[in-house]
Amino acid sequence: MRLTEKDVRYVAALANLNLTDAEIGHMLQDLDGILAQMDALAGIDTQGVEPMAQVLFSSEGDADGTATLRADVERAPLNNELAVQNAPVSGGGYFKVPRVIER
Amino acid sequence: MTHTITSIREALRAKRFSAVEVTREALDFAERENPKTNAYLMLCPERALAAAAEVDRRLAAGEEAGALAGVPIAVKDVILTKGVRTTCASKMLENYIPPYDATAVERIEAAGGVIIGKTNCDEFAMGSSNENSYFGPVRNPAALDRVPGGSSGGSAAVVAQGTAVVSLGSDTGGSIRQPASFCGVVGVTPTYGRVSRYGLVAFASSLDHIGPFARNVKDSATLLGVMAGHDPMDSTSAAASVPDYAAHLDQNDVRGMKIGLPVEYMKHATGETADRIYEAIDKLRAMGCDVRDVSLPNTDYAIATYYVICTAEASSNLARYDGVRYGYRSADPGDADSNKLFAMYRNTRGESFGAEVKRRIMLGTYVLSHGYYDAYYLKAQKIRALIARDFTNAFQSVDALVAPVSPFPAFRLGEKVNDPVSMYLSDIYTITGSLAGIPCMSVPCGTDSGLPVGLQILCNHFEEQKMFRLAHAFETS
Repeated sequence: MRLTEKDVRYVAALANLNLTDAEIGHMLQDLDGILAQMDALAGIDTQGVEPMAQVLFSSEGDADGTATLRADVERAPLNNELAVQNAPVSGGGYFKVPRVIER
Repeated sequence: MTHTITSIREALRAKRFSAVEVTREALDFAERENPKTNAYLMLCPERALAAAAEVDRRLAAGEEAGALAGVPIAVKDVILTKGVRTTCASKMLENYIPPYDATAVERIEAAGGVIIGKTNCDEFAMGSSNENSYFGPVRNPAALDRVPGGSSGGSAAVVAQGTAVVSLGSDTGGSIRQPASFCGVVGVTPTYGRVSRYGLVAFASSLDHIGPFARNVKDSATLLGVMAGHDPMDSTSAAASVPDYAAHLDQNDVRGMKIGLPVEYMKHATGETADRIYEAIDKLRAMGCDVRDVSLPNTDYAIATYYVICTAEASSNLARYDGVRYGYRSADPGDADSNKLFAMYRNTRGESFGAEVKRRIMLGTYVLSHGYYDAYYLKAQKIRALIARDFTNAFQSVDALVAPVSPFPAFRLGEKVNDPVSMYLSDIYTITGSLAGIPCMSVPCGTDSGLPVGLQILCNHFEEQKMFRLAHAFETS
């Protein structure tokens, strides 16, 4: 095993993801199996290879034809009503969240 | 319905039916047939009939009605439609009503296309079988006990079933080509950046594409042509001009075209699927193509590379679902002594994401976490460059590559659902093209055990026209 239950709980906390004890158990098995496949990458020689973060910006791709910046022109944003219409809880044109600072 | 884009155009011109009539026919047929497959999550008759009425008005006024005039089109439910619920097949977005349209949707309607409904898929487009939908799996119209493939299973199924003429899917590692192959239709993943991703709900941004499904190559080319082209709303959108993909397909000649067969792919291919690919190669030779072996030496590392990169990007993209601005929010207030805001985030995400989405968020968070970033994420990005270089090298000596789409035809519902590693391995032939960002497509080439099999065609960046020429010649010869 590459991972322990403690690792899985740590990663779940980083991801802000509440997992049940049963889910932690399954996740441990699944992640371990998948990481075993991923570990094959370690042995590959990538000396001097630039990481490819984007398809058309790689050192070997053709950068022509890909615009990176749009013209800096003002445009109307979503209005307030539309911006909050999908919020689970809103009021007065704001998103409402549980109390963060206790008085 | 057996209509094509061309047949609808001719019928409208000859006034055999109106756009409103063909739209009603499509909506009725979809409503009747959908219980068999669960391919549509929702029909949108109001929007469809309004779009169709506008087409009829333009035609009556003698105005140009557009390349997709009156064509009933289905859209995968990860692509935003203003005012029409868009769920990503997730409990998280069960009630999400987008305030804007995706650029692809806007362009389709501007060209007279009629969007009739939203299709089922794997949750947030994560999966290879369409079994990861919160709203239940889709069944393959070719064999109802089988999966339609994924993640764009619903979009492939509606075209196969005839409940839409063409449809939109999204492809990150094979999510258009594999369901196209499983359902026996044409599916196209264009060059990365060819179609704007604005309004496509992000899964893995450096790999996400929108592309068409159709029952023939020409319709897929027409639909791609309408959607393609630069969009200032997507900073990775390509500025290169868009040729008329569907023009002159009938007068093309593929004699002398050089085609490569990747030896690393064929060494894994077995059974009837491999037989169909070798028969396709014989057919291409008979058509005058020059088929030769090529090597893509880094192929074996593609799956691991892909799952590092796509889960890393997914964990970052899906961080936005926090129960604040849209989507589900947990009613569970957490423990009395816990931070209420963080408890809300954690419970919201824990209660509303499905198992596969959680798995990918966890993997992605792990590979990006302190101490593992260089070993996994950075390493995978370097190997991605090697995989892309394999294609660059191959395209110096050939015009196109051909390959299987999937190692096997559509499997049974439930067959692989508990084995994520085996499910991931089934993406072997589609992932490499996705990592390189090149155009690739699946075109039907026969059956394996009575189930559809697709031939994959891959070309170099922005060479969709060449790919369509070859696919059309293959389909019609």
